[in-house]
Amino acid sequence: MGQRVLLIEDEPNIIEAVSYILSRDGWTVHTHSDGETAIEKVMQGVPDLIILDVMLPGRSGYDILRDLRAAAETKDTPVMMLTARGQAKDRELAIGLGATQFMTKPFSNAEVLESVRALAGS
Amino acid sequence: MISFNLLVLVSLLYVAFLFIVAFVAERRAALGKTGWLRSSAIYTLSLSIYCTAWTFYGAVGYAARSGLEFLTIYLGPTLVMIGWWWLVRKLVRIGRAQRLTSIADLISSRFGKSTGLGVMVTVLAIIGITPYIALQLQSVTQSIAVFAAGSGEVWAQRDLDGAAMWVAIGLAVFTVVFGTRNLDAHERHDGIVLAIAVEAVVKLFALIAVGIFVVWGVAGGVGATMDLIDASAQSQWAPSPSRWIGLIFVSGAAFLCLPRMFQVLVVENSDERALGTASWAFPTYLMLMSLFVVPIAVVGLDLMPEGSNPDLFVVTLPLSEGREGLAILAFLGGFSSATSMVIVATLALATMVSNHIVAPSWLTSRTTGAAVSGDVRGVVVASRRIAIGVIMTLGYIYFRLSGGGTALAAIGLVSFTGIMQVLPAMIGGVFWRGANRWGAGAGIAIGFAVWAWTQFLPSFGIDGVISQAVFDNGPFGINWLRPHALFGIEGIDPLVHVAFWSMLLNSGAVVLVSVLTFPNPLERLQGAQFVNVYDYSSDARAWSQSAAQAEDLLVMTQRILGSAEAQTVFRAEAQMQGKSGFLPDVTPDFIGKLEREMSGSIGAAAAHAMIGQLTEGATVSVDDLMAVADETAQIVEYSNQLEAKSAEQERTARALREANDKLTALSIQKDAFLSQISHELRTPMTSIRSFSDILRDGEVDGDARRRFAGIIHDETNRLTRLLDDLLDLGVLESGQVQLNIGEGTLADVIDRAVLASGIDETKVSISRRANAEAVTLSTDMDRLSQVFINLISNVAKYCDADEPELRIIVRPMDGQLAVDFCDNGTGVPQESQSVIFEKFSRLEDEGKAGGAGLGLAICRQIMTAIGGGIAYLPGQGGAAFRVTIPTD
Repeated sequence: MGQRVLLIEDEPNIIEAVSYILSRDGWTVHTHSDGETAIEKVMQGVPDLIILDVMLPGRSGYDILRDLRAAAETKDTPVMMLTARGQAKDRELAIGLGATQFMTKPFSNAEVLESVRALAGS
Repeated sequence: MISFNLLVLVSLLYVAFLFIVAFVAERRAALGKTGWLRSSAIYTLSLSIYCTAWTFYGAVGYAARSGLEFLTIYLGPTLVMIGWWWLVRKLVRIGRAQRLTSIADLISSRFGKSTGLGVMVTVLAIIGITPYIALQLQSVTQSIAVFAAGSGEVWAQRDLDGAAMWVAIGLAVFTVVFGTRNLDAHERHDGIVLAIAVEAVVKLFALIAVGIFVVWGVAGGVGATMDLIDASAQSQWAPSPSRWIGLIFVSGAAFLCLPRMFQVLVVENSDERALGTASWAFPTYLMLMSLFVVPIAVVGLDLMPEGSNPDLFVVTLPLSEGREGLAILAFLGGFSSATSMVIVATLALATMVSNHIVAPSWLTSRTTGAAVSGDVRGVVVASRRIAIGVIMTLGYIYFRLSGGGTALAAIGLVSFTGIMQVLPAMIGGVFWRGANRWGAGAGIAIGFAVWAWTQFLPSFGIDGVISQAVFDNGPFGINWLRPHALFGIEGIDPLVHVAFWSMLLNSGAVVLVSVLTFPNPLERLQGAQFVNVYDYSSDARAWSQSAAQAEDLLVMTQRILGSAEAQTVFRAEAQMQGKSGFLPDVTPDFIGKLEREMSGSIGAAAAHAMIGQLTEGATVSVDDLMAVADETAQIVEYSNQLEAKSAEQERTARALREANDKLTALSIQKDAFLSQISHELRTPMTSIRSFSDILRDGEVDGDARRRFAGIIHDETNRLTRLLDDLLDLGVLESGQVQLNIGEGTLADVIDRAVLASGIDETKVSISRRANAEAVTLSTDMDRLSQVFINLISNVAKYCDADEPELRIIVRPMDGQLAVDFCDNGTGVPQESQSVIFEKFSRLEDEGKAGGAGLGLAICRQIMTAIGGGIAYLPGQGGAAFRVTIPTD
């Protein structure tokens, strides 16, 4: 194991919770809480999986996803989108932009772990 | 000398040529090839019948007697064509719209299809024009006489009157053949028009040829001619202004009123646009016609023996110089001028006689009301042919009786002023809806009387009709009725005298009587259609009558019955008549059938009136018109209602659209709001759920467990606060907030707020002024405190200075109390200042502070509710809010 997950999320309590459960499962978790500099952060070392919040300060998760899919380094990197707006059109938008997985807050820890394992293992 | 027989031969050949020209034109027209036949060039040339033998021969004589005065005869029409173009155009449009056949028809039709007026104008025209026709016969005879005298052939000299008779007969035959070929009154006469156009070219060519010969061949060039003119008595001639103005007016008026001019100008007009060309081309033609008049007159006076008739210089000058060919050409020019005038004038008069005298009396003598039938047409055509013969005979008799003694121009002017009496009724009828038949009749009658008394009867010479005694003392010794000094005013030129008095009294009568009497309904209707002809006739199309009627009827029937139904009716009728297509002959039976069909749709009265309007000869009764008017009024009323309704519907639709837009906008706002709330609620719920999952797993050590439980606790509080805020905002926004008014000092409220905000005063220094805050307030203390708490805790959350400061400044302002909260941070960016009071406007950068972005929205609602306000103060060196509180 030891695969690297990058969590891009601005809510401190959620960062703490997700980091905790993933670390406990054996993943190496990096976190970043700003939208504007998220791409730079990704490019510093492309992770095996990116967990990306939609509502970020500075830049929306959708815009970040679009750039990720356009860049050669990250066009195949699995991306799991997290959003607190659980509407169908948000899911469609995310999948349309190339998200590998879409998860609505609040989620159960088991769901997150299961998805992360499935995505990073593939 | 020239052989007289040759002249006769040339004349006969010329006449035969004209017959052929007219015949060819008629054939082409019958085949529908009317292209150039109805061009503006032909139209303009046909107007040249204004230039009769009077102008061809007479202008030279006129110039020889009165110098440049002859020019007035050309200036009148020129001014009309150029300056009064709009009047001519209106006449043409009315003529087209009303299918007018003559000037008498115009007057009669305008004034309620008055039979009386039609008869009056017809009689006036016959009296005025017959001498004019005689004048043409005389000029032809005189010019023949010139050749006869030189030929030495005795029979020719002896039988001059016979020559005039033969000319009259020939012209009558020509007019009958080409003027009454077609059964319909307002059919164009392409043959006649083309023939007179050819004659127009011949007379212009002849006059210019003679002129060139005289200037260059006889006088010896332009310079020599000018010397001759300078030396002549004519150069001494000075115009009399009143006579000039009078003559110009008379000739201009005659140009509009002469039956033959109305015939070519209006009746034969096939395209209104031709007027545009004619408005400059016809004056040019007149100018060319007048170009050599003075040289011919002056050279003639100089060369010809004393006592020669200057009216004949155009022929006699070339003859005396031995230019026989040119003389014959000149003769043909004069012949053309005379014949074209006689033909058209006779035709126009005959039309008037048959339409306004014969047909009405024939109809009233019949009991059946079959207004449109073959019988009537037969009568009309026969009467027209007879009328042509009678008028020609009258002209011939007048010619024989007058003995050819009077100078040509004098007869012309008598004719002009006579026919001019129609002018006031015409102008009034075309431009003034108030003019009515009584006014028109009175005007024409008085004008006619004045003209007859002061000019026509005196023109027979002293002791001719009026004795010398009457000239000197007036009739029965009534001094102010002397023919040349009406109302005792003497010394006016006779022409100005008649023009002035007849026009003054005539116009005065038209206006005065029209004002004093009332028109009948048909007159009102016709008046509107004449005066507002441009509103009633949108399109000036050329119609071929027989086809046009059927087509008109079909168009109208389609409007009423619908296309399919109407076409079925028409096709069935056409088949019954043995014709293909669906334009049957318009027979009385068919019209009756149509009327019955249509009355089922629009009512009997309206059907009768509409059919009556389209079919010739049928007059609309007053009852019909009243019924139509009633129906029309109802329709107008109904359509007004419809219009009002549709306007109302449009307003409703617009209101609905606006409401819909508003709802859509609201819906979008609602979606955004719900989406925001969803986000704000789900975020803490995510933490709570995640950490409670972790705790439930049970593999967490004590410290971590306490920490996670603390997070769950905080997030639960956050959720509760959010829900409280939302509910609070809901109440405030709905305007149903209950204010709990109490008394207290401002200092107390601020103290409570600082305490409740939980701000750490060791980290944030707060500066206040105790005496400024010692103000007693009467308001909802809790709500005001809520606002202050919000503002103070914002400082704690957002002030990014190293040593945060809050200054609370209190001062009275405009009858209110202003409380400013200023910190020393970076403040709110300018672009965000306008949105911070909106819901969920939490600035992205400050998301970490944990608020949902409802605080300031709530503050604003509270301050509005208690009658104060809250605003951001830009430019204070940090975030600064001003709360204003009412103090009374």
